[in-house]
Amino acid sequence: MENILAIVGNIDFLVASLRMTTPLLLAAMGDIFSERTGVLNIALESMMLIGAFGSFIFAYYFGNPYVGILAAIALGVLMGLNHAFFTVTLRCDQVVTAVGENIFALGVTSTLYRILLGATPIQPEAPGLPVLRIPWLSQIPGVGSLFFNQNVLVYLALIMVPITYIILFHTTWGLKIRAVGEHPRAADTMGINVYLTRYICVVISGIMASLGGAALTVGGLRYFMDNMTAGRGFIAFSAVIFGRYNPWGTFVATALFGVTDAFQLRMQAMGFNVPYHIFLMLPYVVTLLVLVSVVGSTVAPRSQGMPYIREER
Amino acid sequence: MPDKLLGWLKSFQREGLSSILTPVFGIIFGLTVAAVVIIQQGVSPLEAYRELFLGAFGDLGSFTFTLLRFIPLAFTGLAVTLAYRGGVFNIGAEGQLYVAALASTWVGIYPLQGPAFIHVFLALLVGMIAGAFWAFIPGYLKATRGINEILTTILMNYVAINLVGLAVNTFLMEPGQSAPQSPTILESARLPIILPGTFLHAGFLLVFVLAWLVYWVLWHTTWGYEIRSVGANREAACYGGINVKRVMILTMTASGALASLAGSSEILGVQYRLLENFMVGYGYDAIAIALLGGLHPLGTLVAALFFGALRNGANSMQIAVGVPVSIVYVIQALAVLSIIATVAIRNIYFRLAFKKEGR
Amino acid sequence: MPVLLELRGICKSFPGVKANDNVDLQVASGEIHALLGENGAGKTTLMNCIYGLYTPDAGQIFWEGREVKINSIRDAINLGIGMVHQHFMLVHNFTVLENIMLGLPSRKEPFLDKGKVAREVRKLMEAYSLYVDLDAQIWQLPVGLQQRVEILKALYRKARLLILDEPTAVLTPGEVKELFHILRQLVAQGYAVIFITHKLDEVMAIADRITVLRDGRVVKTLEAKAADKKMLARLMVGRDIAYEKPKTSATPGEEVLRVENLQALDNKGLPALRGVSFTIRRGEILGIAGVAGNGQTELAEVLTGLRKATGGKVFFKGQEITNWNPRALYELNIAHIPEDRQRVGLIMDFSVKENTLLGVYYRWPFAKGIQMNHSVIHEHAVKLIQEYGIRTPGPEAKVRFLSGGNQQKLILARELSRKPELLIAVQPTRGLDIGATEFVHQQILLQREQGTAILYISTELDEIMKLSDRIAVFYKGEIMGILEPHKTDIETLGLLMAGAQRLETN
Repeated sequence: MENILAIVGNIDFLVASLRMTTPLLLAAMGDIFSERTGVLNIALESMMLIGAFGSFIFAYYFGNPYVGILAAIALGVLMGLNHAFFTVTLRCDQVVTAVGENIFALGVTSTLYRILLGATPIQPEAPGLPVLRIPWLSQIPGVGSLFFNQNVLVYLALIMVPITYIILFHTTWGLKIRAVGEHPRAADTMGINVYLTRYICVVISGIMASLGGAALTVGGLRYFMDNMTAGRGFIAFSAVIFGRYNPWGTFVATALFGVTDAFQLRMQAMGFNVPYHIFLMLPYVVTLLVLVSVVGSTVAPRSQGMPYIREER
Repeated sequence: MPDKLLGWLKSFQREGLSSILTPVFGIIFGLTVAAVVIIQQGVSPLEAYRELFLGAFGDLGSFTFTLLRFIPLAFTGLAVTLAYRGGVFNIGAEGQLYVAALASTWVGIYPLQGPAFIHVFLALLVGMIAGAFWAFIPGYLKATRGINEILTTILMNYVAINLVGLAVNTFLMEPGQSAPQSPTILESARLPIILPGTFLHAGFLLVFVLAWLVYWVLWHTTWGYEIRSVGANREAACYGGINVKRVMILTMTASGALASLAGSSEILGVQYRLLENFMVGYGYDAIAIALLGGLHPLGTLVAALFFGALRNGANSMQIAVGVPVSIVYVIQALAVLSIIATVAIRNIYFRLAFKKEGR
Repeated sequence: MPVLLELRGICKSFPGVKANDNVDLQVASGEIHALLGENGAGKTTLMNCIYGLYTPDAGQIFWEGREVKINSIRDAINLGIGMVHQHFMLVHNFTVLENIMLGLPSRKEPFLDKGKVAREVRKLMEAYSLYVDLDAQIWQLPVGLQQRVEILKALYRKARLLILDEPTAVLTPGEVKELFHILRQLVAQGYAVIFITHKLDEVMAIADRITVLRDGRVVKTLEAKAADKKMLARLMVGRDIAYEKPKTSATPGEEVLRVENLQALDNKGLPALRGVSFTIRRGEILGIAGVAGNGQTELAEVLTGLRKATGGKVFFKGQEITNWNPRALYELNIAHIPEDRQRVGLIMDFSVKENTLLGVYYRWPFAKGIQMNHSVIHEHAVKLIQEYGIRTPGPEAKVRFLSGGNQQKLILARELSRKPELLIAVQPTRGLDIGATEFVHQQILLQREQGTAILYISTELDEIMKLSDRIAVFYKGEIMGILEPHKTDIETLGLLMAGAQRLETN
């Protein structure tokens, strides 16, 4: 038991947790925008995967991690537009579309990876994002190295929490976004362009999820594997529900999973005499338990999952 | 819209015909678009697809191998179809077939006294119970607490896969070996081969029995009426006296039992032992198969055959012309997305066309 | 007073239907112009064209004498057109202030400037006596106040023409008077009002001028002074309608339904039924009058097993059936025509045939054990289609493509064909045109003659007066009084509906 406490209390562990939280946090923050306008985005998984792959490939070929970031953003825009096209314009079932996109992402990333890099004997590695130390602040003992000694994606993830909150609850845009999610017809009669709002928010969630994937590759492990995201998109999605579609609550949820994830890796590394599969299960089991015990009656935006059709009354 | 086009769109409305047309249309679309990617590789798509086809259907051996892939895909596809008709998304077929395989293996490695078929039957049954249970949990949570079943099933998939990994590394590990695999299934627990000289096992027949059963239940029984009503309109179903919660839970559980057969039949009919990650992606493919099949058992079988052919033939295609195996995912996804888009467009059109009658 | 809005030759069609056919309309500042017509006449479509929701196929719109094109809602709002819809366009969990601010640019872009907006709205409230608590969330407000928020929304956007679509459907007679008072104040200050309705009494009470629409065309535009109800009715419908339908006097039999002190909560956990008691006897129609939202919906749901009662008892022919589930009640031959036919009464994606099975699918001869008997089902569906005159391409047609009237006929056919002993009908004529409405009334009276006990819930007082043997008035989850129609009048009912009076219940 003291071993466990020793692990958790260690600053390195917290830093690792933050690293593992970042991909989830980025994807989840973007998802909040999408969900708040009423577009269910279970395709987070696909967007993260494509972002991970795209950022890796571009960083690898250009020898610069920031190129990878740009690529992730561009891909995120494309994926967001695609998802919005199917769900908002064509009004397809949002879940079914997401499932199709997830399959597609898996196929495309695996295929292209093999086509481009399949033949190399050693594991290709892309340049990783450098750590950007913030002067003065990073020298605060403990907290300093945790929060101010990270790469740009971590900073982005952290800053998005208050930014998302402010946008949603203190700006005119946020009011429009929430209105579209709760009562799209009312928003429409107030002159708000429901389709445009949803498109923009889905694109935002695409960009953020894609950056979340980039956080796994150039912001983390620096190499790419098939199905690298391993369900993280779904975990981010459930974090949003757990956090009641609110940035602060979602932050807590993603942090919880990040900690669990880091814990699981630590346990493996420390070679406890228990098969590592138990630890692999841990994040998912924890998520399940959390969902079951806490979620109960979350109030999703009223129009969630429902396409908006102008003519119908 | 020109009348011919309208007529063509209308044909999608008739259930039986559309259940075959839908997958075929999707398949053609998927193959066509993927051809573009293949061309980029410097390969002729016709040649690639020829290799694909030969690899899947070229001779008896290839054909039966394709059928062996078809069997689990059909089971999981039927599972998802049934669930979707009942208004629940069973994304957990992957996990359900894993725990079923685990349970079936456990039964299959210990000797059992009695007539020959008892052991197989018991192994299948235990597998079904395990798979049904694994689906029951998300079903129950959704019906009673409204917890999104997509999330719960997906999470339980990861748990199940790791559970199998755990098992073959510990209590189910073959004694004296260090490789993570179970002991072999005893002869008495194996599914009999139905086509001598090949590897085609009795699971193939079971597929058709169950496909017909799903069809019959959904459209010819009161159970099916309840399932479809709950799936189409929960409130109206409740108003009509149907116990919505119970139907939801039972639908999910039945779906799990169907999916379980994919895992059990693979272990007892093909692999004869349990390995880590012994079947990848069959549960997720099932969703695409069900959608491609228009959520009809017949269409599901057609789509499952297509996916089986892709899986089997893709290897030959990779060896022969160098197109990576993972392109099949691209083809599959494109097929599914095309169906989704078609259905959506069709719905929009019909809605606009017929809406204003006597408003 | 100068003409503010003029429409010339407006045409708007949808596939299969010409909703507006060459409509001319003139509205002047300072006038209340009523747009009268029955359901389906094209009133709402026309207004949607003015408000930018639809673009007319042909015709011109003039604002203050200049031709304008209204291609979007923003265009309409910018011109000065405001609309209060029949179903409110308010976000339920936003505050009043947030709803008013929604979509408007802020002085402190992009940040919200609640302080300034609040100040300006308060000035408006003072000017027109439209008081509402700005910090209340919409779901907390009663319907009459929600409507005020809608009006404030329009006024805050500097609307000069206010369009109200069936505004009195959700108000008590007392609240209607208040609304009329507010409207008069507004037009006195130079605003123009278009008042859409199908109620003749209101038109006579409030309008300065009246335009009657029928089947998408303008039948006549006339000064209110020159009109009377009978003339308007004939213009609206195209024929003389018989106001009084001869009704056989009731000979009620033994007690069928007894409700004692029934209590229940609504979807927000607030009390919806606070101790309701009444009885209904064989061959009797008990009408439930009251403004929507006073517990009638919950009453129907509790009596049909769709909502749990938290207190009190329900008896059917002497047997207690409190909180029995829908199936059990069905077995007792209790039928339910639900309020929301598309969401609750029918499965839109199923065929007509499969919808006739709802409730009855498990019974012989439709099913033997679990096996369904398709030929019997088909025959039964065909029979119902014929008997009730349901217009459909056939029993296989998807219900989604039927008109509202035919969908309702299907529900009636299904519920009434099993000769229920107790029928609970909630707003069965909502959204139906006169022909379909008369059909429903006929069927209800027929059931009554055959001895069915009927609970008839409606917000249309005319209907209640016409059909009921006794009327129970609902207000805030309680019965304010039970009266007989020939012994009372609209004013008394109105007072009861507004909670201003209470009678000894018999």
